[in-house]
Amino acid sequence: MALNSRTPSGPIESRWDNTKFEMKLVNPANKRKYSVLVVGSGLAGGAAAATLAELGYNVKCFCYQDSPRRAHSIAAQGGINAAKNYQNDGDSIYRLFYDTVKGGDFRARESNVYRLAQISVNIIDQAVAQGVPFAREYGGTLANRSFGGAQVSRTFYARGQTGQQLLLGAYQALERQIDAGRVKMFPRTEMLDLIVIDGKARGIVTRNLVTGQTDVHLADAVILATGGYGNVFYLSTNAKGCNVTASWRAYKRGAFFGNPCFTQIHPTCIPVSGDYQSKLTLMSESLRNDGRIWVPVKAGDTRPPQQIPDSERDYFLERIYPSFGNLVPRDVASRAAKRMCDEGRGVGPSGLGVYLDFAASIERLGKQAISERYGNLFEMYERITGESPYETPMRIFPAVHYTMGGLWVDYHLMSTVPGLFVLGEANFSDHGANRLGASALMQGLADGYFVIPFTIGNYLASNKFEKVSEDHPEAKAAKAQVTGRVEKLLSIKGKRTVDSFHRELGKIMWENCGMARNEKGLKDAITRIKALREEFWKNVNVLGESNDLNQSLEKAGRVADFLELGELMCADALDRKESCGGHFREEYQTPEGEAMRDDENCAYAAAWEYTGDDKPAALHKEPLTFEYVHPSQRSYK
Amino acid sequence: MSSSATSPARTARMFDAPVAKKAVMALSGLVLFGFVLVHMLGNLQVYLPPGPDGRYALDVYGETLHKSALVLWGARSFLLLTALAHIVSAIQLAQLKNAARPTAYVKQTAIVSTYASRTMYWSGPIVLAFLIYHLLHFTTGQAHPDFQHMHVHENVIKGFSVWYVSLFYIVAMSMLCMHLYHGVWSMFQSLGLAHPSYTPKLKLAAKAFAAIVAAGNISIPLSVLAGLVK
Amino acid sequence: MRLTLNIWRQKSPTDQGAMVRYSLDNVSEHMSFLEMLDVLNEQLITKGEEPVAFDHDCREGICGMCGFVINGVAHGPRRGTTVCQLHMRSFHDNEELFLEPWRAAAFPVVKDLVVNRSAFDRIIGAGGYVSVPTGSATDGNSILIPKAESDMAMSAAACIGCGACVAACPNASASLFTGAKISHLGLLPQGQPERHARALNMVAQAAVEGFGNCTNIGECEAVCPKGIQLENIARMNRDYLVGAITYREPQAEAGAG
Repeated sequence: MALNSRTPSGPIESRWDNTKFEMKLVNPANKRKYSVLVVGSGLAGGAAAATLAELGYNVKCFCYQDSPRRAHSIAAQGGINAAKNYQNDGDSIYRLFYDTVKGGDFRARESNVYRLAQISVNIIDQAVAQGVPFAREYGGTLANRSFGGAQVSRTFYARGQTGQQLLLGAYQALERQIDAGRVKMFPRTEMLDLIVIDGKARGIVTRNLVTGQTDVHLADAVILATGGYGNVFYLSTNAKGCNVTASWRAYKRGAFFGNPCFTQIHPTCIPVSGDYQSKLTLMSESLRNDGRIWVPVKAGDTRPPQQIPDSERDYFLERIYPSFGNLVPRDVASRAAKRMCDEGRGVGPSGLGVYLDFAASIERLGKQAISERYGNLFEMYERITGESPYETPMRIFPAVHYTMGGLWVDYHLMSTVPGLFVLGEANFSDHGANRLGASALMQGLADGYFVIPFTIGNYLASNKFEKVSEDHPEAKAAKAQVTGRVEKLLSIKGKRTVDSFHRELGKIMWENCGMARNEKGLKDAITRIKALREEFWKNVNVLGESNDLNQSLEKAGRVADFLELGELMCADALDRKESCGGHFREEYQTPEGEAMRDDENCAYAAAWEYTGDDKPAALHKEPLTFEYVHPSQRSYK
Repeated sequence: MSSSATSPARTARMFDAPVAKKAVMALSGLVLFGFVLVHMLGNLQVYLPPGPDGRYALDVYGETLHKSALVLWGARSFLLLTALAHIVSAIQLAQLKNAARPTAYVKQTAIVSTYASRTMYWSGPIVLAFLIYHLLHFTTGQAHPDFQHMHVHENVIKGFSVWYVSLFYIVAMSMLCMHLYHGVWSMFQSLGLAHPSYTPKLKLAAKAFAAIVAAGNISIPLSVLAGLVK
Repeated sequence: MRLTLNIWRQKSPTDQGAMVRYSLDNVSEHMSFLEMLDVLNEQLITKGEEPVAFDHDCREGICGMCGFVINGVAHGPRRGTTVCQLHMRSFHDNEELFLEPWRAAAFPVVKDLVVNRSAFDRIIGAGGYVSVPTGSATDGNSILIPKAESDMAMSAAACIGCGACVAACPNASASLFTGAKISHLGLLPQGQPERHARALNMVAQAAVEGFGNCTNIGECEAVCPKGIQLENIARMNRDYLVGAITYREPQAEAGAG
């Protein structure tokens, strides 16, 4: 099967407008005749469900949490980018487009990124109209800040809770539609399979997490907005429930998986404190605006930070990247921190940490000013570590934060299964090999509010839909498969807990497919993951029953899928013989240790096709062409 | 919008909501508080010496209040209705409270709330019981062995000379103090009047008024028992 | 450190439920409370006992999914903290703890410490929004909002919908939750057109769900992990009363064309 990205041609500024005009429309009176399933209720899913219902479609929306308001979009702290140029500092749609393509290390589709930059301005307007309390200037206008190393101030924010406020905006719009009866909401419900009939996505199989009931839901189109798969690493900044299951089931039903190895490691997280650690907590990247990152010059220096004189500190980001200093992009900052720890200069009990020091800023701006900017973050840090960042430097370490990879989609956000659309972090997205700060919220909402309403209409208007029922053999087979798998997990009754498998998988992934990867490690990881998967299906212990709330069972199903995904990620990382963005292959680096991209051979998006449980996935390549932003080495020196 | 708000019987529905019941509590509470305050000030005339005609100030005051039957019974009915509104709302709210938490906690710890605020459903009925006794004691006289109509001063002195009667008055006034301690501030909040700069002052004022009402009233039985007022 | 835990175990919504006692050794002070429960659950599974069910997701104090009552206090002893961010250093060796689910008629227990909070969603659905379909917005800066008001709205909007306010309220009232949303939107110009209707409908819905009334006690404010203030309830009362007093029957829409 050949990949058709349906990327429009012509001048980039008019591609989206032309596409919108060329797309077929569904007559208002006919919209209620179509039904759409939306899996996931975060920024992308919530926005899509609400918007499609407003348009008149019949929508069902599903989430595994107890309420759509809990989706993990809620945890985004920093902000959302938009090319409004309210600050008159030289921003433009083109510049946001340029920055995003470059920031993604030239592994994203130009047309998609341009559309994202165009839509960014509408998102802010929509969110403001919904009552999202963005920060304001005294004159009442919207405030902006510079974020993640951008040279313009284009980030809109609502204290340190931008994701929460944007999500609540979408959630409220969604609840309005639920109350009006136009969306039927299924909380505490997990999608466990995709139903494909006559080559089109026509439904899903779900499990009610409270009663254990397995149900078939049929529709004319299915939207997955199920987030990223960072939890394959066990420890990540994702919510505990975040999982790849929906995407993975779709992959196994014919949706290609795009760039699975592109993972973002966020530099400023609180380091691991012990084996019991269940998740990692992100400290907003904005801290790097005023904090200085350092390690001791001498390896093995265990003095408390205050006793290390300035001359014996290495402010390594400022040293290596004098022009961007502490504000280099996430992938660069993370790798540099890792190098310091590899050299034995890491700090804290585990040696896996670097200092983020506010002493200089407190001296320069006063404690009051720092507290106004970061008070809530400092409090959070103190709650978790018991140390006050006002007195002692924070300790931070990189952690898995976001996955740029995901299901492959075309310009219409449709996967390789017709009628299966994928939005937000779940798709392989517009971020290429590295996502810039404050761009995830932008993409999720762009997809949900402003892209899918057009492209799904085009799909529905261009296709004929046979009536299908739950008795269709495909539906029955998918449902039987789901129940069979649940029964299987409960029947193994082995010796190890689900979490112990998950932890072990996470460790393999972090060590071999984390911040730095090499051929030997990746091959080794593949072997170990296979063995672990085999053991899982023989030795996992899932107690309880299938007909009630069984959190171990939920986890078991998700971990089983991670055990397959992990292997694909390693295969993708092994196949991509270059370093780019979040993907760093030790074999491909400059003498100074910087990432070395191979535009000659690797300017493609990898799309992996499932070919069977025992067969390796087949790789398809979507070539990436750059007509506007010409590939150059990213330099932050 | 959901259908619940757009039904025709607006006023009836409005009082269904706890917010409205609380408003009734607050407004009736305000009236009753005003009454209690004025009543206490009136009572303090017991300390005034007899006038040139040898009549006690309290007796004159009582007579003044009884001058017009229309005003007297108008005021009495108004107060009675207000008290009824206060009581009916309280009963409804208490029912709501019980229905809202059918299973109690094995362990529940209050961390900031005042004892007074948590015991409104106790202090209220105790004050009510007192009120009934008080009316039988000093207004109609059934509960007063030496009651003489319109001889207010003497009734008070004789009534309070019995130590356990005085004790009951003192206990009841302490309850009223607690009830007002929370209630006087609370009525502003229930009516939607709160502001970070005024609310703390309001709370202080409420406490002061509660204390003043209680202290004024309690001083009378104490003074009688101590023989300071004759 | 070593802990004795008394945990509410209830198999299903219809089950009676009871406190069950567990003891746990080697608790590190760096663990979060939920990580401590993870360790307990791992031990229970290994022993062949069903693990304790509790809701949780982001574990960074923002999703609002977690929460239960520890020793009679919703979210436990540390102010402004959800149980996922509560660390064991807030407890001492040999302490005995009582863990119970939120208790309210409107929050029926699903299992163990897990309750059903969908009543909150329905309260939001009754009016906790600005009716602005996608695409109908004007430019963001065309609506000027004084910083002070925007900040107040943000403070009210910070609610995470965890339900601790209901759990701590002796009346099991949802006033702080409802008031926070009514305040958030009622303070902003965008929320004005529906301001009073919103208050009427949300308050009515809260009553339908079976939440109790507010008696201005203040326990909700004290346990709220996001510091939502009691003033928001006053604002709700005000908007409700003004809305109720000035209410007019809706007029029929005239047909066009």
